[in-house]
Amino acid sequence: MNVEILSRIQFAFTVSFHYLYPPLSIGLGLVLVMMEAMWLKTRNPLYHNMARYWTKMFGLIFGLGVATGIVLEFEFGTNWATYSRFVGDIFGSALAAEGIFAFFLESGFLAILLFGWDKVGPKMHFFATCMVALGAHFSAVWIIVANSWQQTPAGSHLEIAGKAVLPGHAFEITDYGHARMVIDDFWGVVFNPSSMDRLSHTLVGAWLSGAFLVLSVAAFYQLKRRHTQFATASLKFGLALAIGASLLSLVTGHSSAGGVAKNQPSKLAAMEGLWESGPQAPLHPFGWVDTANKRTIGPKIPAGLSLLVGGTADHPVIGLNDIPPDLRPPIQATFQFFHIMVTMGFTMIGLSLLGGFLWCRGQLTDTKNFITRWFLRLAVPSVLLPQIANQVGWFTAEMGRQPWIVWGYLRTSDGLSAVVKANQVLASLIGFGMIYLLLFILFLFLLNRKIQHGPEPLEESENLPESWLKSARA
Amino acid sequence: MDYNLLWFVLVGILFAGYAMLDGFDLGVGALILRVKDDHDRRILYNAIGPVWDGNEVWLVTGGGALFAAFPPVYATVFSGFYLAFILLLFALIFRAVAIEFRSKEPWLWWRRWWDRGFFAGSTTASMLIGVAMGNIVWGVPIDARGEFAGTFLGLLHPYALLMGVTTVTLFMMHGAIYLHMKTEGTLQAIVREWINPLIIAFIVCFSLTTLATLLYVPRMTAILRAQPALFGVVVLLVLAVANLPREIHRGHDAGAFLSSCATMLLLMALFGLGMFPHMVYSVPDPEHSLTAYNAASTEKTLKIMTIVAAIGVPIVLTYTVTVYYIFRGKVKLGKDSY
Repeated sequence: MNVEILSRIQFAFTVSFHYLYPPLSIGLGLVLVMMEAMWLKTRNPLYHNMARYWTKMFGLIFGLGVATGIVLEFEFGTNWATYSRFVGDIFGSALAAEGIFAFFLESGFLAILLFGWDKVGPKMHFFATCMVALGAHFSAVWIIVANSWQQTPAGSHLEIAGKAVLPGHAFEITDYGHARMVIDDFWGVVFNPSSMDRLSHTLVGAWLSGAFLVLSVAAFYQLKRRHTQFATASLKFGLALAIGASLLSLVTGHSSAGGVAKNQPSKLAAMEGLWESGPQAPLHPFGWVDTANKRTIGPKIPAGLSLLVGGTADHPVIGLNDIPPDLRPPIQATFQFFHIMVTMGFTMIGLSLLGGFLWCRGQLTDTKNFITRWFLRLAVPSVLLPQIANQVGWFTAEMGRQPWIVWGYLRTSDGLSAVVKANQVLASLIGFGMIYLLLFILFLFLLNRKIQHGPEPLEESENLPESWLKSARA
Repeated sequence: MDYNLLWFVLVGILFAGYAMLDGFDLGVGALILRVKDDHDRRILYNAIGPVWDGNEVWLVTGGGALFAAFPPVYATVFSGFYLAFILLLFALIFRAVAIEFRSKEPWLWWRRWWDRGFFAGSTTASMLIGVAMGNIVWGVPIDARGEFAGTFLGLLHPYALLMGVTTVTLFMMHGAIYLHMKTEGTLQAIVREWINPLIIAFIVCFSLTTLATLLYVPRMTAILRAQPALFGVVVLLVLAVANLPREIHRGHDAGAFLSSCATMLLLMALFGLGMFPHMVYSVPDPEHSLTAYNAASTEKTLKIMTIVAAIGVPIVLTYTVTVYYIFRGKVKLGKDSY
């Protein structure tokens, strides 16, 4: 294998593994804020107990997110040096802003969230929890801004050997050492055409991860009739967030797709397996792309795609036939990953609406009820749904961007480090593979032990710190 | 003062902050196997527990700032030192999860295993950071395209290794002084035993490094010859180191720790003074060197980043100080402890 393939595999592998954790920290962070807010409002020790239990989970998840996240920042330089020189003027600032505005905030207040229960009062602790959650959201903001700029570059121009290349002007880059993207307008970069759509869709996806983790653990306890009071309350928190976020993901997903249709037509065509350009573009709910014969096999909804992206059946959509073969992304993979994501999304909507229905009927905890039992049984493995959706969603976004690493300017294959050899990348890839496998096994093992152990008995958590009791009485 | 100089200084400050803060928790890692009792080890872990990952953010942000302000430097160094940086990542991952996983189970074998991981990760990371610094001081081969033209083994020359060992001793000394501030009773007495030998070890290593630098890398001291007033930095450095045993002797633990922090900052200041304007010095072809001027982002980006830093850094400092203040004093184990 050559250095390009190996570097692609290594980045994909390390970023996918990392991305198991940050969405959980973002989503769980929000859940923690909700739980502590409820405790402050009602002073019911149950909520305090819940917040403490989920905080422990949060600590474990966050630790893995930190340990695997630093790898990515290094990899831009180690494996993609040409890319780094090319985009540094823009991409680097977003990354540095992420460090200053997000990571410091998160890690600073995390100390209080995890270890400060006895050191500060409840309001200060709640504030720290809010700041950790906010920091986690901020980190998404900056990294999505950076990634979206790669998808839809704006607020910047190309410069070759110190001279600006005007838009529309034909250029041939032969020496990437002397070409770079240069910033014109910071806010233009931040609010590039795809950043807000993609940010909202990513955040909602992260909330779903948190919501379904809580839902899944609570459903497990409910079915086993363990910690029932804790389980019932956690179930409601998880479900409330799941209903809201799954419906929102429909809205944000729709507007993201609209943006892709406008800004990255080749990506949309691959996502939908659309070959013929024109109005009345059909929509495939599932199918198989037959690239050899330039067609997509499977049921289709006539004019569905035109309706979705343009609002009318006559809206023209660009198909793959009008895109030169060397500018097409990997079609089959993009199509399938996208469809898996959509399927996961609708499954989450269905499951959370079913839960909402049972909640309205007051049957959410009635384990004798046949439907409730089935709902809980489905809810236990449902933690995988948002994880799969988040992963394949990113596969779609990043594979659909190919062959570009910076859309329209730099190809991924041109972004490599010139001095790194295939055997070096192979060595590091094997190293990451072994270490991450070990970490993943240990993570699942510890997570499982925590779940089996369950929350502390309620009586114990009533032994609140003295300062907290005073404020609780006041 | 132009923006290139400003960002040369700011990137230096971020890395100095990293050395100063993560330096002590890396040092604690290198010392962890020196105490045998599990309860004592837990106190050591909890001494750095609430702050270690905030400390590591200084590296992440320093790396981000280098990427933003000097992309070619970031690209050349990270791709050129490929295997060294990958090893650094492995070491940092191991020590991070060792801290996180260790306390989750009470089994002795489990804890011993993670202790070893924490030790190995911390020591390797300190060593590699020193070796990288050593190479930057020494100079590395750079070709006409600005790419690294050496090999991994070529990075392991005696000067770089000496700098690596010096860094490990420096961090161990810094870590021991930090622990002296956070511990009490018999454990503190054990820590106390480490401090003087570590100070002596550091002075020996640092003297050797200085001598080697004077002999073999004279350009690092050119600025001190040109501007004798800057010799004040050297004087301050020597005073800061000499102050360490004095403060410990007088029982001023916080004073000793601040003095140790000052040592780190002054060392970085000397490093920066010696390097400027070079960021990667090229040997044998100095004309291929990357400098704060030929390897910088546009002035527009540097200006934007200056605004970002002007807003962000004061906020960061405020809550970093707050967190350190909240967790001040001796470590007490509680139910949320590691």
